[in-house]
Amino acid sequence: MSSAFLGMPPFPQAARRALADTQQRRNLAGATRTIRHKRAEVVGELPDWEELREAGRALKERTLRHLDHYLVQLEERVTAAGGQVHWARDAAEANRIVTRLVQETGEREVVKVKSMTTQETGLNRALETAGITAYETDLAELIVQLGDDLPSHILVPAIHRNRAEIRELFRRTMPDAEGVGDDPAELAEAARRYLRQKFLRAKVGISGANFLVAETGTAVVVESEGNGRMCLTLPETLISVVGIEKVVPTWQDLEVYLQLLPRSSTGERMNPYTSTWTGTQDGDGPRGFHLVLLDGGRTDTLADRIGRQTLNCIRCSACLNVCPVYERTGGHAYGSVYPGPIGAVLNPQLRGTGTETDRSLPFASTLCGACYEVCPVKIDIPEVLVHLRARVVEETGGRRHTPTPEAVAMRAARWVFSSPARLSAAQRLAALGSRVVARRGRIARLPGPLAGWTDARDAPAPAGEPFRQWWERTHR
Amino acid sequence: MRTALFITCFNDTMHPATGRAVVTLLERLGCTVDFPAGQTCCGQMHFNTGYQRDCIPLVRRFGEVFAGYDAVVAPSGSCAAMIRHHHARVAEVAGDRGLLEAVRTAPPVYELSEFLVDVLEVTDVGAYFPHRVTYHPTCHSLRMLGVADRPLALLRAVRGIDLVELPDATQCCGFGGTFALKNSDTSVAMGADKVRGVLDSGAEVLCAGDNSCLTHIGGLLSRLRTGVRTMHLAEILAATERTTATEPTTATERTTATGAPSHAVATGGGPR
Repeated sequence: MSSAFLGMPPFPQAARRALADTQQRRNLAGATRTIRHKRAEVVGELPDWEELREAGRALKERTLRHLDHYLVQLEERVTAAGGQVHWARDAAEANRIVTRLVQETGEREVVKVKSMTTQETGLNRALETAGITAYETDLAELIVQLGDDLPSHILVPAIHRNRAEIRELFRRTMPDAEGVGDDPAELAEAARRYLRQKFLRAKVGISGANFLVAETGTAVVVESEGNGRMCLTLPETLISVVGIEKVVPTWQDLEVYLQLLPRSSTGERMNPYTSTWTGTQDGDGPRGFHLVLLDGGRTDTLADRIGRQTLNCIRCSACLNVCPVYERTGGHAYGSVYPGPIGAVLNPQLRGTGTETDRSLPFASTLCGACYEVCPVKIDIPEVLVHLRARVVEETGGRRHTPTPEAVAMRAARWVFSSPARLSAAQRLAALGSRVVARRGRIARLPGPLAGWTDARDAPAPAGEPFRQWWERTHR
Repeated sequence: MRTALFITCFNDTMHPATGRAVVTLLERLGCTVDFPAGQTCCGQMHFNTGYQRDCIPLVRRFGEVFAGYDAVVAPSGSCAAMIRHHHARVAEVAGDRGLLEAVRTAPPVYELSEFLVDVLEVTDVGAYFPHRVTYHPTCHSLRMLGVADRPLALLRAVRGIDLVELPDATQCCGFGGTFALKNSDTSVAMGADKVRGVLDSGAEVLCAGDNSCLTHIGGLLSRLRTGVRTMHLAEILAATERTTATEPTTATERTTATGAPSHAVATGGGPR
């Protein structure tokens, strides 16, 4: 995955730093609230929303069950339509393929449609290493690129920036933008002027795809700004890097997803631009089309009975916008181009649990369930989070010679809870101990690992008479 | 109908007043509850923190202790949700068919508001509570159990209550079990916003169906000396004209106050 995020600290530490960024917290609170309300409004308009969600889930799950069949069908159809299909086991292989394809055109510049998959593989850096400049053409993605920043949201990667910051960035980095103001229309106009030259000059376009239709070998990009349409039609060569889970069997399946996606994502009834292309056509659009299909941990994810539902994801980002954790920490704390609840379940599966950061992600949630409630393809994110927590705990236990303090505490708790007599004894002990630290039923400072509680919160003192004792006294 | 009370380990140890209130309330409504002494913990903390194997004996114990009852009532949305939604998963992890069968045939577990509205079919429980109250719908009650507006219907029927709306009520308070310790900074940031909502509501009492969430929000309210106290739904519903004189008057005395509900039970005549 994107090397830019390498070396990020685990979530709790990264979040602590992010929480101190008052500007970002205000930007995020405002932006997520607006988009939450927009979504709720347009979703509320559809009486069959729950049926659509169920259809979206069922179609994905059925397709994933027969993925081998549909991928081969897709390859046949793309090839028959004049395109070329390349298979990439991982990010590095995908980047090598794309770099080679660009090099074969002899070009040194490419224009890009916003694409999560190429963010995932860190394609821009790989191209840069090969002396090829990639220009992001989505407005928010451009803001991130010009600022040498990192994306913090799936749909709106620059959500952590406000317009004053963007104005400064444009003035600093764009030619002829010295006098630009902070009015959104003015900022968009500056970006449009800047990008127009890139579109007209570019010979190679790089995209992802929201869907791949197996029956015809058609790729689909759903977008709002029209930059995608430019990148998909103007260049001579088009390279699309797409995860293998993006395939749907038929055009009719799009009926479901093209309703679910815009309403969940931007809170629009329909997105302004939906581009579809099938191989190549003489005299219309790119003369060469390459489809790079990326595995990147997806097959392993598919093998996991509980985790596989994560592959239903259509990258709408509704879960980010409703997540109370994301709203406060922002996306960078997740250490990946996939932040928020979906990132917390996707990254440890696609990348594995080899780093402290990836091991911390399944715990970066209160399990409040707001993400599951809005997910258009019904991914039970809390269920997957808890499943991954168990994986992390078991792997940690297997790796260490001595158990972690947490594991010891959990084992002790199990021992106590395995006998009512032990529980009673523990209750007496807790009440006794709390007499030392409690003042008028309130504990202002707890020792050891519990100190994190009392940094900002008082703790109640355990009761002098636990319920079971009271029951014994009054009801026996 | 044989009804058992599952008090939950947290209420048992930290908030026995809630348990006493449940008993008072149910007995006032003519419902006899039993408290099987073998009960301990539903395993939620272990399960949600990733220690699924450590849950296995707890789930087994739960099944043994409550087998034979017609219904189990628990004054905690998240514990009820754990039992209803995850005990089967624990049995699956254990690879134990017998345990899975025990989970499948276990009596239905109701969160308190569900038990009152759906099983006893009451919304007016005869309570009197002349205070300004706001209600926080805890996430597991709201989203995992789907208690919907049952708690609000119960509160609206309380005489004398001034029930005010909590801004952004459905947003998580930031407790999240061990999340509150593992990600304490984020937990507190979320709690701070919840506190702002509580203060903006103008309420003097914050009510919820989960003492765990209330301990988190209440801990912040108490640290800031806001003068707002937290009360479990059961405690408000148990209150009557006779108990208001002895109820706790400060935000911090709640866990140590024993007055009203136990007195009511002593004269109310539970099973001896």
